[in-house]
Amino acid sequence: MKIKLTAIAAAAVMAALSATSIQAAAKTKACWVYVGSVGDFGWTYEHNEGRKNAQKHFGDKVETKFVENVAEGADAERAIERFARSGCDIIFATSFGYMDPVMKVAKKFPKVKFEHATGYKTAKNVTTYNAKFHEGRFVAGKIAAKVSKSGVAGYIVSFPIPEVIAGINAFMLGAQSVNPDFKVKIVWVNSWFDPGKEADAAKVLVSQGADILLQHTDSAAPMQIAEQKGIHAIGQASDQSKFGPKAQLTAIVDNWTPYYIRRIQAVIDGTWKTQSSWDGMKEGTVSMAPFKNMPDDVAKMAADTVAGIKDGSIHPFTGPITKQDGTVVGEKGKPLDDGAILGMKWYVKGIDDKLSK
Amino acid sequence: MEAVVLTIITASTPLLLAAIGELVVERSGVLNLGVEGMMVVGAVCAFAAAYSTGSPAVGILAGVTGGVFMAFLFAVMTQTFISNQVATGLALTLLGLGVSGLIGESFVGLPGVKLAQLYIPFLTDLPIVGKIIFGQDVLVYSSFILIFAVTYVLFKTRTGLIIRAVGGNHNSAHALGYNVVAVRYGTILFGGACAGLAGAYLSLAYTPQWVENMTAGRGWIALALVVFASWLPRRLLVGAYLFGMVWIMGLYVQALGLGIPSQLLSSLPYLVTIVALVIISGNRTLTKINSPAMIGQPFVPDR
Repeated sequence: MKIKLTAIAAAAVMAALSATSIQAAAKTKACWVYVGSVGDFGWTYEHNEGRKNAQKHFGDKVETKFVENVAEGADAERAIERFARSGCDIIFATSFGYMDPVMKVAKKFPKVKFEHATGYKTAKNVTTYNAKFHEGRFVAGKIAAKVSKSGVAGYIVSFPIPEVIAGINAFMLGAQSVNPDFKVKIVWVNSWFDPGKEADAAKVLVSQGADILLQHTDSAAPMQIAEQKGIHAIGQASDQSKFGPKAQLTAIVDNWTPYYIRRIQAVIDGTWKTQSSWDGMKEGTVSMAPFKNMPDDVAKMAADTVAGIKDGSIHPFTGPITKQDGTVVGEKGKPLDDGAILGMKWYVKGIDDKLSK
Repeated sequence: MEAVVLTIITASTPLLLAAIGELVVERSGVLNLGVEGMMVVGAVCAFAAAYSTGSPAVGILAGVTGGVFMAFLFAVMTQTFISNQVATGLALTLLGLGVSGLIGESFVGLPGVKLAQLYIPFLTDLPIVGKIIFGQDVLVYSSFILIFAVTYVLFKTRTGLIIRAVGGNHNSAHALGYNVVAVRYGTILFGGACAGLAGAYLSLAYTPQWVENMTAGRGWIALALVVFASWLPRRLLVGAYLFGMVWIMGLYVQALGLGIPSQLLSSLPYLVTIVALVIISGNRTLTKINSPAMIGQPFVPDR
């Protein structure tokens, strides 16, 4: 059964659901809480694809439900609690800002399993999961430095949180490994999703000489601009080649399906345990769309890098790394530990942008 | 330079289109807070029609129809059933966001049809001004034509006088024999058509694709512009372009890497536009004359 409603209407419907107290005995019930709409063709879209694929995989054994456009904060707590009350066995909360609401509700419902994406708080029945998107950024950096003629990339970003900063750094480290003088121009649009503003930022970056665009925002607008201007771009979250058949070099694609199937299976088997999952290319959560619109040797280099990341021989953040302020982190030949990447608040050397404190 | 000006025009046009419609609505004494909702429905209808037929012209027509349909709902509620305009307008926005998501579900992730830009050999090829003046699409030209047409109709014709009279004092206008409700139906539908055009501009020219919520608050900015422009079309033109200019310059400065906090640059368009429009509307008497006294007030004709 699907619930597709706006957040406001959702509260009312959920009330009705819990009143009738649907308790399917045999079926395992998995429920998703989304921060955006399933039609964003970005973050929420990919989570919903994961849900649909899990539903397909399990067929009649599992019932899935979702509610979209749930604002972070108090609304989220209500939505998550309704799900817990209505008999969901496992609840996936797919936004960073759901962290405290999830912890609160989890305390009240010890038998329900909670999975929180991109957070860092766990409990007996709360697990966190995230993906190593920076691995994809590193590959993108290598490609960009090879393909770019001007030696300048334009990077459209949302908010200065560690995940985004780590992405910029990984991109830059990848690019510098090919061309030490590579430059990146950064525009913060202060929004996850505003196609118009993303397009504006893309045009501005192109006017300043960038000939590769990439983004950490959710719409395909920059890809369309790249196509119009006859330059190249790296897709985000989904394969965006339809928006830029000549422009897209590759795309960093999120794929939550394997994770969701694994975790729901664990609930069915009774083997579900709390953990902090951080999957990357190796597990298939992060993958690259086909390498296109580039010379064969560049595509081969990219494929080799992906293979290296998968087998562990290449790590984007391998020490020593020089920070923007000149200090050095990491030991020679060893990767930074996970904590350092998850809490990254500094730029690597070579980035001109400044992070506000 | 040319590229930046072109980007400013693109950013300002949807604001201008939506705002000019709302200006006429408010001049007739009606406050429609549903601009965002009408705009987003216009965007999805335009995208769907253009994608299905391959013709941007059909898309524009569908966008206008979508906006008018939403406006019609508002008109029936507020003019025939005398519902509260503020509440109905807010509901219209929520309804628009929901309905557009539903209509657009199967169009997510599809590249759209881009509205063609004018090309006149020689003229468009002129350096600097060529593309800016002779290389825009039909909706950009429409936004300017609409500004001048609305100015003319509102202040130089009898129709405009009636619209303003209804907005100034609906009881007097009624006593003089004017059909207040009919006039307001007309302005509300015009407002819907303009919001629909603005939506069509978003999904056919600005970013030729459909994604839910793609208006991203532009309807609300348009609403604010109308008030700060003290209900004068020519100030609206100034306000919308000032907003667009500061908006784009903010992005431009960021890309230069000067280290100015992006949060400040993101808030500047709002700040600068408000301050500038408050300064130019410093003449209180003039502002008072221009503000529609009946705004938001229901009209129930005594029989």
